[in-house]
Amino acid sequence: MASLAPTFGRGAMTNHWVDIKNANVIVVMGGNAAEAHPCGFKWVTEAKAHNKATFIVIDPRFTRSAAMADLYAPIRTGTDIAFLGGVINYLLSHDKIQHEYVKTYTNAALIVNEGYHFEDGLFSGYDEAGRKYDRSTWTCEMGPDGYAKTDETLQHPRCVLNLMKQHYARYTPEAVSNITGTSKEQFLKICEILATTSVPNRTTTFMYALGWTQHSVGSQMIRTAACVQLLLGNIGMPGGGINALRGHSNIQGLTDLGLLSNLLTGYLTLPGEKETDYHAYIDKRTMKPLRPNQFNYWSNYPKFHVSLMKSWWGDKATKENNWCYDYLPKLDVEYDILRQFELMHQGKMNGYFCQGFNPLAALPNKKKLTDGLSKLKFLVVIDPLATDTSCFWENHGEYNDVDPSKIMTEVIRLPSSCFAELDGSLTNSGRWLQWHWAGQEPPGDAKNDNEIMAGIFITLRELYRKEGGAFPDPILNLTWPYKIPHAPSPEELAMEYNGKALEDLADPKDPTKVILKKGLQLDGYGQLKDDGSTACGCWLFSGSYTEKGNMMARRDNSDPSGLGNTLNWAFSWPANRRIMYNRASCDPSGKPWDPNRRLIWWDGEKWTGADVPDFKPDSPPSEGMNPFIMHPEGVARLFALDKMVEGPFPEHYEPFETPIGTNPLHPKVVSNPAARVFKGDMEQFGKASAFPYAGTTYRLTEHFHYWTKHTELSSILQPQQFVEIGEELAKEKGIKAGDMVKVSSNRGHIKAKAVVTKRIKPLQADGKTIHHVGVPIHWGFKGIAKPGYLANTLTPVVGDANSQTPEFKSFLVNIEKV
Amino acid sequence: MSDQSEPIVRYTAPERANHWMVAILFILAALGGLSLFHPYFFWLSNLFGSGTWTRILHPFIGTLMFLSFLGLTGRFWAHNRITAADRQWMSQMGDVLNKRRDRLPEVGRYNAGQKYLFWVMVATMILLLISGILFWQPWFAPYFPIGLIRVAVVVHALSAFVLIMGIIVHIYAAIWTKGSISAMTRGTVTAAWAKHHHPGWYREVSKEVKQ
Amino acid sequence: MALQSLDVIRRSATTTASPHQRETAEVAKLIDVSKCIGCKACQVACMEWNDVRDEIGTNVGVYDNPPDLSGASWTVMRYSEVETDRGLEWLIRKDGCMHCADPGCLKACPAPGAIIQYGNGIVDFHQENCIGCGYCITGCPFNIPRISKKDSKVYKCTLCSDRVAVGLEPACIKSCPTGALVFGTKEDMKHHAEGRIKDLNERGFKNAGLYDPPGVNGTHVMYVLQHADKPEIYHGLARNPSISAWVSIWKGATKPIASWLLGIAALAGFVHYITVGPNEVEKEEKE
Repeated sequence: MASLAPTFGRGAMTNHWVDIKNANVIVVMGGNAAEAHPCGFKWVTEAKAHNKATFIVIDPRFTRSAAMADLYAPIRTGTDIAFLGGVINYLLSHDKIQHEYVKTYTNAALIVNEGYHFEDGLFSGYDEAGRKYDRSTWTCEMGPDGYAKTDETLQHPRCVLNLMKQHYARYTPEAVSNITGTSKEQFLKICEILATTSVPNRTTTFMYALGWTQHSVGSQMIRTAACVQLLLGNIGMPGGGINALRGHSNIQGLTDLGLLSNLLTGYLTLPGEKETDYHAYIDKRTMKPLRPNQFNYWSNYPKFHVSLMKSWWGDKATKENNWCYDYLPKLDVEYDILRQFELMHQGKMNGYFCQGFNPLAALPNKKKLTDGLSKLKFLVVIDPLATDTSCFWENHGEYNDVDPSKIMTEVIRLPSSCFAELDGSLTNSGRWLQWHWAGQEPPGDAKNDNEIMAGIFITLRELYRKEGGAFPDPILNLTWPYKIPHAPSPEELAMEYNGKALEDLADPKDPTKVILKKGLQLDGYGQLKDDGSTACGCWLFSGSYTEKGNMMARRDNSDPSGLGNTLNWAFSWPANRRIMYNRASCDPSGKPWDPNRRLIWWDGEKWTGADVPDFKPDSPPSEGMNPFIMHPEGVARLFALDKMVEGPFPEHYEPFETPIGTNPLHPKVVSNPAARVFKGDMEQFGKASAFPYAGTTYRLTEHFHYWTKHTELSSILQPQQFVEIGEELAKEKGIKAGDMVKVSSNRGHIKAKAVVTKRIKPLQADGKTIHHVGVPIHWGFKGIAKPGYLANTLTPVVGDANSQTPEFKSFLVNIEKV
Repeated sequence: MSDQSEPIVRYTAPERANHWMVAILFILAALGGLSLFHPYFFWLSNLFGSGTWTRILHPFIGTLMFLSFLGLTGRFWAHNRITAADRQWMSQMGDVLNKRRDRLPEVGRYNAGQKYLFWVMVATMILLLISGILFWQPWFAPYFPIGLIRVAVVVHALSAFVLIMGIIVHIYAAIWTKGSISAMTRGTVTAAWAKHHHPGWYREVSKEVKQ
Repeated sequence: MALQSLDVIRRSATTTASPHQRETAEVAKLIDVSKCIGCKACQVACMEWNDVRDEIGTNVGVYDNPPDLSGASWTVMRYSEVETDRGLEWLIRKDGCMHCADPGCLKACPAPGAIIQYGNGIVDFHQENCIGCGYCITGCPFNIPRISKKDSKVYKCTLCSDRVAVGLEPACIKSCPTGALVFGTKEDMKHHAEGRIKDLNERGFKNAGLYDPPGVNGTHVMYVLQHADKPEIYHGLARNPSISAWVSIWKGATKPIASWLLGIAALAGFVHYITVGPNEVEKEEKE
């Protein structure tokens, strides 16, 4: 998400599951869709069966997805940027790009600030002591008209395309093969196939998941693929796109609703501690157009923000008090999960609420986590299951060897319902909000999460009311309009997110007409106002529960275009659009690039077609408005400007635990120079001399994270923890299939059964033979499957520099027979 | 000449008991086996309660039969050595069946037919036991390869067929040869019977009595 | 489970005609191995629909789990890592009853009505008639039936005869996410397979083909194989399965002939007794 928004404008899967069937080439890289998304993977088989699609898998292991592939290439874990950077180099040097698309719809022509440079692995502005960049030179040159300067001829040496050529010239097929371990032949074969989709009527789609996000350079891996897709002209196209496959059925909903510590709903952002002035806060986020005639949708930020504040604090939020701006917390730093446990570990965080989350299993370095949890005064766990986290203090022999008598943390477990026991919506990877209905009542004393949270809130509010406190206002003044205050219904919450009119809303074109009466549900976020006359809990979800009813509950799967755009099935944010940036599926004159896959088009008066246009519906092509409407420049970014922490162009950095110990591109800068590493964690990184093998964790189709070890059927299908190694390594180590082995990293060890396979082959990288050790994650000390070790005993504490997603995919281990 | 009215002991009480034990177990095993041999006979499984009970009991009955038969084998092994005269006797089966005794070689304790039957029984019993164990569900069958089991069921069925055929001959011979059944029930035969059917044996026995 | 309709075409250990008033179309399950991702959803669907649960076992060094068919696992995935001329392939085959047109299990079964074959081709075990002898195991050319440790009855895939009887597809078909499992009339499935084979041919699988072995007169579970010329690379799928010659000898004409021979032997004795008369010690000898 932290890479797609800087590139395209919104942080989500650009297309949707069904649309994958329209692809000509499908690349699964940084993911294993057949394994982790078997139901969605159906659309790959559809594309193969009905669209003659070529299916490519690039992965360190020959996965279940690879079993379905026309072409599989192995790659050393953590080197995807090198691979894809090589693809960029190939496309540029072989002139296999879609020229008109690149010139018009990307920032290829943008002229970059003179101060920008890249040397020896570092971009301009690096502060070594602070491990961060001053990003002020990663900007564009501004013209006297206040707009960014461009060179439409693409001749300027500092135009983005030329800088890109220069940057990736180092990624020759030889260099790629040396870093990734992929053979030059396989790499070039894949380049050739991808290059076939640079024509307007062929598309590639990329499918990825945690195999990209869980790296210290994860966001940049995704961005590299995004750049490839832009060069090929595949964004906005049916059968194209960058498809982020979300693992949890509602994890897209989690980010949409702002459950990350620095976000408000709909990707609005919390202020920092220096942003005490409301107007400065709003101004900074209300984007000014960088190019003329652009839609610049974030110019509507104040409408989204004010409507959110009205939704939360109702009449108490007034223009005079800046819509309760002071009620919002102001962040000194980001409180992401890695920092939370760092603070716990330091004894600075004393209480922890853990709702539908099993951090002891889900976060790196189990020992550090257990130490942190042991220092808490209280831990509240809201979960349907007796999670490993809620039992972190129990001794389970070798699997959880703690001394309960030494742990003083008070653990309070609040049993909740599971997803099948309440109504509500789930937001899938393709941004569809699909309503679902409870299958049964929750068992025993379990309550649904709404009820639990409402109970806590009401009790807290009562305490504030009685006892006062430092700042009771945000709590006391919070709107709480639910019919049953201690149990808000899912419908009430859904309606609140959609938003409603607080006054009669006038037609902007004819102020004498009322388009929406006071109190009615909004039709969509186009009706939002920044004058306090609308309330909306999440602007992106506006349109999902209108006066016509619950749009998320629609189940009409008719598909008139045959492209799989079922506009009357559920609701897709934004504004029920199925394929984002779909204006880019047409050439600048408004005609679809591919006459056989007509998604939208300009009919002379308006934009129309098989999808909701992601565009100003009445802006004629002659107006020159560009398709990436969330960006102030209207185009997608090959050069990310200052939006990414470690550089405007993705650069290959080794994992923090690298089996080759160097970076062949620039030996002085081995790993991500801007990734945050806490003191103490740096020392915990292991070296290849002691831990020579590349470890990587992953999921199996038989299980879901750490939940299904509690369910019988899944436990029957994969009863016991195992690790996978190649036949060569097994032979070297005298390990046979079914042997018990010990896998250790610098942070701890696990024991598991060995699966010895032909599917993991040793790779040659930088003159060394690299063996991978695969560690599936699903076991732990709680549940009915055979007890096992939490895989994150092994993993290092470092996250992606932009999103802080931990580096679970690349670390160093040793393995020996027990 | 010995006293003709004095009965001659042909089988001792333990021999008779052993024989009848084998006989009863054979009948049970055969009925159970036949019921699983062909649908014609499946109704016989009702004698054991049900098809399932038949399946459960049959291998145990068979094993017991084999063990009992081991006793008989020990007792009668030496009496059943095949001689040249026996082969001659067998070749004149027409004379045997038409009671033209005068044309046949002299018969000892057992005639050649009885001896061959004995050895057929020894062979089939061993084959039945081994092949039966190979597909004895659920105890032993899971440990053997399917190819071997397929051979075993055929061997078992064939052996059983041969054995049953043999026993039919055996029983008929007993019915046909008057005085034989009482030999196995009462243990004795008349001197006339002995002289008539087993003159060689009769001579031996009378010698023993004289001395 | 019993399909309660009058379209039984064969019944184990039964010498009279089976109830067969209705003519039903032959059905088939088509397993497209080239589309199977080995997710085991079909294993779960099978356990759920039939409400059976295998034990929570151990890992034995492979992905296959449960590691074999059992009284409670009527279908399992078989994973084979094979190096072919195309490089490494991970062939994943859903194993279970093939519902042969000429079922060896039914032929071998001694218990009347324990195994029946419906007009639609489904071969079904009726466990209430099963005596637990395991003869069906020896009869099966695919090594499918398993004796349950719990009740000593034999179990295997029913092709969801209960669902099919009321017009539903088998549970595994419903659960398959990729369309690797399809169900319909045997004719339609053959037609569907043709399309798949054409696609595979175009993707370079020159020997792709349908597995519908003639040795058992065809099956009602068929495979689309990428390498139909080498079925054995799919975890030992039989190249040309047929009912074992031993089983045919045992269960073929030999049995009625043997039965008749036994009867004739007894009869011959009777006739001999009547005609030749008993072998008695003559009076003069006695005296």
